[in-house]
Amino acid sequence: MLAPPLLSVEDLHVHFVTSRGVVRAVEGVSYEIRPGEVLAIVGESGCGKSVSSLAVMRLLAKPAGRVVHGRIMFEGVNLLELSDEEMRERRGRDISMIFQEPMTSLNPVLPIGLQIKEPLFIHLKMTEEQAQARAVELLKMVGITDPERRLDQYPHQFSGGMRQRVMIAIGLACNPKLIIADEPTTALDVTIQAQILELMKELSRKLNIALIVITHNLGVVARYADRVNVMYAARVVEQGTADQVFLAPRHPYAMGLMRSVPRLDQPRGLKLETIEGLPPNLLDPPKGCRFAARCAFKAEICAQDPPLVEIEAGHFSACLRAPELAAGTLKPAPQARVDAGVRIAKDAPPLLDVQGLKKFFTVTRKGGLFSNTTSQVRAVNDVSFKIAPGETLGLVGESGCGKTTIGRLVLRLENPTEGAIKFKGEDIAAKSLNELRDIRRKIQVIFQDPYSSLNPRMTIGQIIAEPLMVYKIVPNAKAAAERVAELLVQVGLFAYMAERYPHEMSGGQRQRVGIARALAMEPEFIVCDEPVSALDVSIQGQIINLLENLQHKLNLTYLFIAHDLAVVRHISDRVVVMYLGRLMEMADGDALYAEPLHPYTKALLDAAPVPDPSVERARAPRALKGETPSPLNPPSGCVFHTRCPLADGDCKKIVPEPREVKPGHFVACIKV
Amino acid sequence: MLGYLANRTLLMIPTLVGVAILIFFMLRVVPGDIVEVKLRGDGGSVTQETIEKERARLGLDQPMIVQFGQWMTGLATLNLGNSMWTDRPVVEEISLRLELTLQVALMATVIAILIAIPLGTLSALFKDTWIDYTIRIVTIAGLAVPSFWLGMIIILGLLYLFNWLPPITYTPFYVDPVANISQLIWPALAVGYRYSAVVARMVRSSIVEVMKEDYIRTARAKGVFEKLVVSRHAMRNAMLPAITVIGLEFAFLIGGLVVTEQVFNLNGLGRLFVQAISRNDFTLIQSIVMLIAVVFIVTNLVVDLLYAWLDPRIRYGSK
Repeated sequence: MLAPPLLSVEDLHVHFVTSRGVVRAVEGVSYEIRPGEVLAIVGESGCGKSVSSLAVMRLLAKPAGRVVHGRIMFEGVNLLELSDEEMRERRGRDISMIFQEPMTSLNPVLPIGLQIKEPLFIHLKMTEEQAQARAVELLKMVGITDPERRLDQYPHQFSGGMRQRVMIAIGLACNPKLIIADEPTTALDVTIQAQILELMKELSRKLNIALIVITHNLGVVARYADRVNVMYAARVVEQGTADQVFLAPRHPYAMGLMRSVPRLDQPRGLKLETIEGLPPNLLDPPKGCRFAARCAFKAEICAQDPPLVEIEAGHFSACLRAPELAAGTLKPAPQARVDAGVRIAKDAPPLLDVQGLKKFFTVTRKGGLFSNTTSQVRAVNDVSFKIAPGETLGLVGESGCGKTTIGRLVLRLENPTEGAIKFKGEDIAAKSLNELRDIRRKIQVIFQDPYSSLNPRMTIGQIIAEPLMVYKIVPNAKAAAERVAELLVQVGLFAYMAERYPHEMSGGQRQRVGIARALAMEPEFIVCDEPVSALDVSIQGQIINLLENLQHKLNLTYLFIAHDLAVVRHISDRVVVMYLGRLMEMADGDALYAEPLHPYTKALLDAAPVPDPSVERARAPRALKGETPSPLNPPSGCVFHTRCPLADGDCKKIVPEPREVKPGHFVACIKV
Repeated sequence: MLGYLANRTLLMIPTLVGVAILIFFMLRVVPGDIVEVKLRGDGGSVTQETIEKERARLGLDQPMIVQFGQWMTGLATLNLGNSMWTDRPVVEEISLRLELTLQVALMATVIAILIAIPLGTLSALFKDTWIDYTIRIVTIAGLAVPSFWLGMIIILGLLYLFNWLPPITYTPFYVDPVANISQLIWPALAVGYRYSAVVARMVRSSIVEVMKEDYIRTARAKGVFEKLVVSRHAMRNAMLPAITVIGLEFAFLIGGLVVTEQVFNLNGLGRLFVQAISRNDFTLIQSIVMLIAVVFIVTNLVVDLLYAWLDPRIRYGSK
């Protein structure tokens, strides 16, 4: 017998009034959650997952956002009918919320002690001593050491992971019955993400708290959720237990989502399934099934509005063809393989040869007039690698590991402190700016953020044509326009889009423009700096496939920088793992993922969840302890020894050199 | 903290030296000097000899570099010399007026803050309602209405309504507070209205910004009373830009109240400044400019210290 639901959302509709019309952000969403249960709401940006949860808290932005229909029953009371004051009493006491951005969600001018104690004073009427004792207890519970001292500190004195722990402590303060976590780990590194999620899951189980996790990361869902809601374009399209949704998805969108994620446990060579097209505009959504326009199984019947119906016990789908999917008469096409061919010129001299690269930044801390102290951030410390023509080298690591700095050094946006960067045998680091002009044509870059890396005042055509004109690659403006049109088609856009401005395009389209701009120079080598990390899953797949296709067609060589291990695995021939400015391990992609040798690589792979609940359940929960030390003051010897499970006294003394343990497999660890 | 203060105080020196050099040479680039204004001003004929003698007495016949040297040594030893016009020590001339001007400026600041913070906050919290519109009309009017005109209206209003005029002679506060306040409150109000309009608009926009911040949402999600959300979580963050404006406006008041002083018949620094300029009274002009520079720098320092007090990120960063 199931316990009665703690929260049940019934037929919720939320509208946002904007200057361009009414956005129907949530339409007819219903779900329930019971004490101790973990419910995940997944979907891409703009699907209404955050809005529906803010509606539960009644924290929608006023006056634009309004619940226009539905009930939100919490312990038998409809939250929508409460007065503001009654709702305020429940917020923080019965229901608490943890937000995505730990860097901005804490008040920067108040000590964190006060911020934790605030709900205790307000809801539980505690005295200062009681609140102090509880705050200390809470910080201990979320794993913050030295809590008494930490309470007097301000948010900027905490790292991102620590702030998120503080947020969790605030959420737990009054022993709430329900916690809503909105993308709680999206801004965090993968090892920290694992720590935070383990903590939340453990606490919810121990304290019997119902937990709603809103996320776009399917791996997180597979590892932690009991039940899953998949949302698309303001509606729930599939609902069920994690096993049901992951192993037997019965909505084409959910199926596509599962198949478009690059996976850690799949070797390179398979083409990513993608969901072509874009989600509909919620200002004017299409009639009938909203996914129909992007759906491979679209039929006439899809012009009707599909209801969310139960197709097996506890498993709901909003697809009119779900019975056919369940019966197996409708099947997605098998995954295509990437056309292999002899792409990599292994015997040729390397295209890029990086030797002993170092980049130290000098940081000056202000003291008195004459007492400034300087210290050095060792962003990149003694890194060497080679990239063969036609190869993709993945560079992976957590924030602050130096991967982006390497990208900037290769582009000569920074000057190296020491070491050589040889491109076709010529040392980029030693070139004058004039000599660099020719090399720069051959080396291009694709940036992470398609929103801020395109000039908002220039049209797409102008942006792409600019390098063509600067380098006089084309004789005149007309030829430039023709070349722009050609490039736009090449990256899967349309020639007429040259007239548009960046804000008129979606994130994925902008990233394609960024790629077209890089291709304009007909480069041989492209530095891809986190090219897909700002994009939604289905769009991410499209861009990755595009990069792969272009590589084959144009014989490109990539340095692919990313923090997402699965994406790197998918696209890279060889992978370099970095930590605190140093190279930890370098190997063939499949070998590295199948048999990681360095304890840091192992920890990274352990921490990254795989979007498959059966795989996840079989894995022991192992979260790497501690946080990345400051690069201002890195540990002696092996920089990883402070967090390494294998470390002993020697590791504190010896700086391990990368050794070739197996052919082509380099590891910088004395214990291997 | 003390180190920081010492550091900032030392850094004042190069700025002040720069100001001293600029004002010294700018004055002397313009043709004409005090002797001609003084002796020929009323159209009487004076011999060249008399003029030369007067120039020699004031030291104006010496090479410019020597004059500059004297000016710099004077500054270094805090000996500002005598006014070329009245022959009384510059310090005496200035201090008489500074007391009055400083008091008006401080009162105007207090008035401005008292009006601006509540109005700006209300306007922000009730954004796009009739409360906001009313307050915005009031503040726009404050920017548009010249202070001296408002001053005249105040005087006429007092006369018309109460048949009373504020005292005309200045009484220091420590002699007779009532007489002092009843004279100076009116110019302070006239100036304070415009001042408050500038600050209120800044307070409004920064509170509107802050209320969109994630930590405000966090505070609401904790179930914090809405009043406390505003007073504890929003205000402190929103005050930072407002303080900058308050500081800048305050410094401006020290030399910039010429017309208002005229309207209320106050013998203030602004008036002295204009007088000194029209008379080419080099020593006096230079000294007043230096004073205003010091006021600007010190106000900025105070603003920075307030910043550090309000915002712990700055506090720790400056160590």
